[in-house]
Amino acid sequence: MSNTANAEMLTTQDGKPLKAALSRALFREKMRSLMLIAPLLIFVLLTFVAPIVDMLWRSVENKIVSDTLPETVVVLQEWDPATGEAPDEAAYEALYNDLKIAVAEKTHTRLGSRLNYEKSGISSLFRKTGRRIKRMDEAGPFKEQFLEADGKWGDVEVWQVLKQLSPRFTGGYFLNAVDAEQTPEGIQMKPDEDRIYLFLFGRTLFLSIMITISCLLLGYPIAFLLASLPLRSSNLLMILVLLPFWTSLLVRTSAWKVLLQQQGVINDFLVWIGLISDANRLVMINNQTGTIIAMTHILLPFMILPLYSVMKTISPSYVRAAKSLGANDWIAFWRVYFPQSVPGIGAGAVLVFILSIGYYITPELVGGTSGIFISNRIAYHISSSLNWGLAAALGTLLLVAVLVLFVVYDKIVGIDNVKLG
Amino acid sequence: MAKTRGAAVHYDSVQKSYDGVSLVVKNLNLDIPPGEFLTMLGPSGSGKTTCLMMLAGFEPATHGEIYLNERPINNVPPHKRGIGMVFQNYALFPHMTVAENLAFPLQVRNVGKAEQQEKVKRALEMVELGSFGNRRPAQLSGGQQQRVAVARALVFDPELVLMDEPLGALDKQLREQMQYEIKHIHENLGVTVVYVTHDQTEALTMSDRVAVFNDGVIQQLSTPDDLYEDPQNSFVAQFIGENNKLNGKVVDIQGEECLVELDDGTKLKADKVNVSEVGDRTTLSLRPERVEFDTHDQMDNLVNGQIEELIYLGDHIRVRMNVAGNDEFIVKVRNRGEKRKLTVGETVPVGWALNDCKALDAVV
Ligand SMILES: Nc1ncnc2c1ncn2[C@@H]1O[C@H](COP(=O)(O)OP(=O)(O)OP(=O)(O)O)[C@@H](O)[C@H]1O
Ligand SMILES: [Mg+2]
Repeated sequence: MSNTANAEMLTTQDGKPLKAALSRALFREKMRSLMLIAPLLIFVLLTFVAPIVDMLWRSVENKIVSDTLPETVVVLQEWDPATGEAPDEAAYEALYNDLKIAVAEKTHTRLGSRLNYEKSGISSLFRKTGRRIKRMDEAGPFKEQFLEADGKWGDVEVWQVLKQLSPRFTGGYFLNAVDAEQTPEGIQMKPDEDRIYLFLFGRTLFLSIMITISCLLLGYPIAFLLASLPLRSSNLLMILVLLPFWTSLLVRTSAWKVLLQQQGVINDFLVWIGLISDANRLVMINNQTGTIIAMTHILLPFMILPLYSVMKTISPSYVRAAKSLGANDWIAFWRVYFPQSVPGIGAGAVLVFILSIGYYITPELVGGTSGIFISNRIAYHISSSLNWGLAAALGTLLLVAVLVLFVVYDKIVGIDNVKLG
Repeated sequence: MAKTRGAAVHYDSVQKSYDGVSLVVKNLNLDIPPGEFLTMLGPSGSGKTTCLMMLAGFEPATHGEIYLNERPINNVPPHKRGIGMVFQNYALFPHMTVAENLAFPLQVRNVGKAEQQEKVKRALEMVELGSFGNRRPAQLSGGQQQRVAVARALVFDPELVLMDEPLGALDKQLREQMQYEIKHIHENLGVTVVYVTHDQTEALTMSDRVAVFNDGVIQQLSTPDDLYEDPQNSFVAQFIGENNKLNGKVVDIQGEECLVELDDGTKLKADKVNVSEVGDRTTLSLRPERVEFDTHDQMDNLVNGQIEELIYLGDHIRVRMNVAGNDEFIVKVRNRGEKRKLTVGETVPVGWALNDCKALDAVV
């Protein structure tokens, strides 16, 4: 309306601000769509969000010391490890009281193995002391009796570990996950030979990017062909693309072992045609090459499918229009077709990257030691070393890394530019 | 701008088959002089788009040669033909702004920046979208997109512009407005336009000449009025405008006239257009507005008919009658506030001139 066109703020007929009215109308719409996705939302909350929250929690949670040794923790607050001397009698008495209960409840061994992550030897110290505690004199003096049970109880470092882990929350797992440690002098990087995680994170990132790039380079032409072929031939090609989905992941990965190993098919062939000598067979498996090749193969469909579905929507008349306007094949592709396929590239790249950054089976099988990912370490801590806190911290860092990359991606490409079809 | 910018097009015995089994375009010979607005009109699937695509270079001719300004272009790739094209769905590049879309053909021709801007501005003003340069195509209405598509096809000064049903997606009112705008642009620029449509009104209002296609063959190529007044065969008579059909047999021929006996025995005089000898089956074609109720004895043809239905349409009244056994016989009566009222069921004489009744090839 012309009479409202010049007004500063537009209003509805009854004088309410137009913006408010609009957002109210949209809100109702949003609520309705929310209702539609409610079942899925609840499912996701229970099975996905809850475990993640639990993981985040575990990565900082540290009740075990204060729960098992409540009195000791309180006494240790007064003690300053910087003095270089073990704490006094009071601490030992508290420890005696705590341990007696802990041994009765059999929780002292769990605490021992937890503290063992921080300083090796503590686990056996706790088990040994647990066996001796019943024979100790309730009247004290406790310090002597403990030192008699095991000389390590006079070690400042043991007490320091106890004090360090007394708070209910700890950043220790995260420090560990980035190869740092808490020393009396503050947070420091671990000595070079003990560092593994940062390096592993870097490698995971690097390999994932390599895999994403090779998927893109291999997948783009296929998707282009798929989108431009007539339906009958493109269906056949599509079946070939989807074929990997129909075979088990393990079978495919093992097939790569057969193909890539030094006595494998590819090496045999190369030797046979004389390209390489028998002595110089290529090492293509149990290293990064193996991981990149096998993972690219496995994740390729995840690149091709979003690319294809986006390319399918690009009408051929755009390229025709470009040509009729004087563009040669290359310019028509680069300036008109390619920009319209970018959403597909975005979707495919994000998908492949995120899948590969958390991949675990394939690197485990074909990666050897130089081709494994951070997720293999996480799996190790969850199922073998049982250091769930560290696994959770590593997982959290991985999650954060993905989110950060996502934000960066959003800044550069724009998340609106991701289209799955 | 120069009036003689257009290019001449010549199709020489062009044939086209997609599958090697059937011909979609059968032996097309067509001459388009520079500056002409030629429309290819025909029902769906008659091969219009195919003819256009061969000219634009997106489909190879199976046989024959196409000439652009006397130059054979069969082996010239589309981007070197310098032909502007407006697509049915406009094909505006969605990732570029309107101005970028218009600048695209200039950029690929390495036109200088300043000149680019100048030409883009001029083209936008030509289609009255001067202030829309920074919008994306998706932010424009259908009619605006259509204008941008026209401007883009013209911005690099092509001598020939092809348009494939450019108005197909627009509503009726907008379509009519755009028809005039395109027509005016054509008149002002003097480019040759080959236009494809299956809307006959559009073809008649815009074109210098119309080529009526059916089944891969040009049925008739003439000016819009000739097409309406002098259809050369029953297909054209049917396809262009409204038309009454009366089936019969030629019983006598005298010069350009012939006498036709209808299937119910009525004898009518007609213009001999597409019959050759006595005894031929023929279909008479007669425009509804040429039939008169005000009959008099000197009329060439006079018959009685029964009024079956009256439809009031404001400026005229449509009368459906049963004439000579054909109860789909339509008469259009101009509404002049007649004193004499027509009533349904009444039997009245109707008459028409010989020249308005064409004896064409028979249809069943
Ligand atoms: N790419 C193609 N492959 C095979 N057959 C085709 C192809 N394009 C068109 N045809 C066939 O050629 C014939 C003519 O098609 P064309 O597109 O030229 O018709 P048209 O006159 O433009 O029709 P419309 O008014 O519906 O656009 C049709 O029978 C069609 O099925
Ligand atoms: Mg067509």
